[in-house]
Amino acid sequence: MTTSKQILVLYKQLLEKAYKFDNYNFREFAKRKVTDSFKANKGLSDSEAITNFYNQGILDLAMLTRQTTISQMYTFEKLVVEPLKRQR
Amino acid sequence: MLSRQILRNIARGSSARRVGGVRLLSQSKITSFATNAAESNSGANATVVIGNAQAPDGSAITLKTASRDESLFGTRPIYLDVQATTPTDPRVLDKMMEFYTGLYGNPHSSTHSYGWETEKEVEKARSYIADVINADPKEIIFTSGATESNNMSIKGVPRFYKKTKNHIITTQTEHKCVLDSARHLQDEGYEVTYLPVNEEGLISLDDLKKAIRKETCLVSVMAVNNEIGVIQPLKEIGQICRSKKIFFHTDAAQAYGKIDIDVNEMNIDLLSISSHKIYGPKGIGACYVRRRPRVRLDPIITGGGQERGLRSGTLAPPLVAGFGEAARIMKQDMKYDQEYIHRLSEKLKKGLLSIPSTQLNGSLDPASQYPGCVNISFAYIEGESLLMALKDIALSSGSACTSASLEPSYVLHALGADDALAHSSIRFGIGRFTTEAEIDYVVAAIQERVDFLRKMSPLWEMVQEGIDLNTIEWSGH
Ligand SMILES: Cc1ncc(COP(=O)(O)O)c(C=O)c1O
Repeated sequence: MTTSKQILVLYKQLLEKAYKFDNYNFREFAKRKVTDSFKANKGLSDSEAITNFYNQGILDLAMLTRQTTISQMYTFEKLVVEPLKRQR
Repeated sequence: MLSRQILRNIARGSSARRVGGVRLLSQSKITSFATNAAESNSGANATVVIGNAQAPDGSAITLKTASRDESLFGTRPIYLDVQATTPTDPRVLDKMMEFYTGLYGNPHSSTHSYGWETEKEVEKARSYIADVINADPKEIIFTSGATESNNMSIKGVPRFYKKTKNHIITTQTEHKCVLDSARHLQDEGYEVTYLPVNEEGLISLDDLKKAIRKETCLVSVMAVNNEIGVIQPLKEIGQICRSKKIFFHTDAAQAYGKIDIDVNEMNIDLLSISSHKIYGPKGIGACYVRRRPRVRLDPIITGGGQERGLRSGTLAPPLVAGFGEAARIMKQDMKYDQEYIHRLSEKLKKGLLSIPSTQLNGSLDPASQYPGCVNISFAYIEGESLLMALKDIALSSGSACTSASLEPSYVLHALGADDALAHSSIRFGIGRFTTEAEIDYVVAAIQERVDFLRKMSPLWEMVQEGIDLNTIEWSGH
């Protein structure tokens, strides 16, 4: 049984990882995707569907951990739309 | 008729001070828009040289945005050229990394587990790729990209049937690799019909029916045009071809995973796919080759008989797996990506078409237009010079699709556009990684710089004075 607390923790962890992309476009995409997919699945009530959603989120978290690390190892100049001082 | 060179000079505001007795606006009137070429580019004083995209020395058009402090922002251009290629999705790279680390077996090694494990992954990728177009995985042949798939189909089918048939049909607005394959066939003695398109870029089904002969063995019509984004009526073409027992090939490099394609419902017999247009790795693609009714073709690459004997050679599992993952994501997120791209596209079009004397190239019917490709003509400006003034945005003029050619686009010509219009068009490509902030930036930058370039253009000045340009006799040079 996946609790709503677990879901909330996962959401926060995913979003935190999304912010870690050095690449602007990947970062903005990941933020948007995490938020939108949690919003779209807000109404899930079937406990099996919730567990599946949660498990997929755990896999995504692992992927984001690896890929944000890579993004931080290979960096490029900032885009013209990116303020030079990091927000946050 | 005003020569093209003069037009270009006018638009660039360079040497041609006087054209047919019309004086250019003096430079002092426009200094508020322009900054000195030497100090343009970036606030960090780092000159970014991107390919040969440097504006000519002394050119006054390398202006920067006057409305903000450049030193607070980065220097890398915004990427709006997804029709040329897309960035590799991190989810795709994540899949590929396994194959550059642990999974290095040859998928054709059948005697040990290293071979088996990669083979299993290759077949998984094949089924993801087939799923997007409702095909059977056995009908997917891996190639090096859409160029190879197009060559394989367009040369392969007619060569196989050469004893009985000698005619193929294609269109005037195909990608160069299709047109060039067709030209090679002509050299070999085949006959080729190049169908014209209407001003929206669509072929006429009547033209197609009239062009079909007893000796026709293949019709090749691209799904989504790479320059203007129009979607050809695939289902109707498929129906015509099937009823006449002619094979139907479509170049879906720009369409695969972006619009709905069902090879069975649309009676498509061969279909070309490119991985690097769907956020996958470069250097791989696929050709869908129907099994029932069977499509037979003469392979271009022969050898060990891999890929049903149609394309021999050891597969590259990292690329195959990355391509497969890219296809899986395209299908999984299709609706989500489509909605997002549509929204940004509307915003971009609204912003750019609010500039006077602009024109959208392509179809106005949303059912025949892919929103991720926006091609707009800016009258009285040359596309290439606008691109020069837009070093902070990575774009392509309709013409620069193949290489660094400055020829006006043959696709826009086929729509009936004249030289000047074909020269003044720019293609904007929107993908899943484009952001709203980027679109806002692009709209503001283009509005500002079109205005600036027009202020330098004597043509624009004359148009503003109500002079009909067609009535002027231009002195030659
Ligand atoms: C319509 C179309 N066909 C074929 C190609 C070539 O694809 P590839 O780079 O995979 O060979 C492209 C890309 O430029 C294209 O846009």
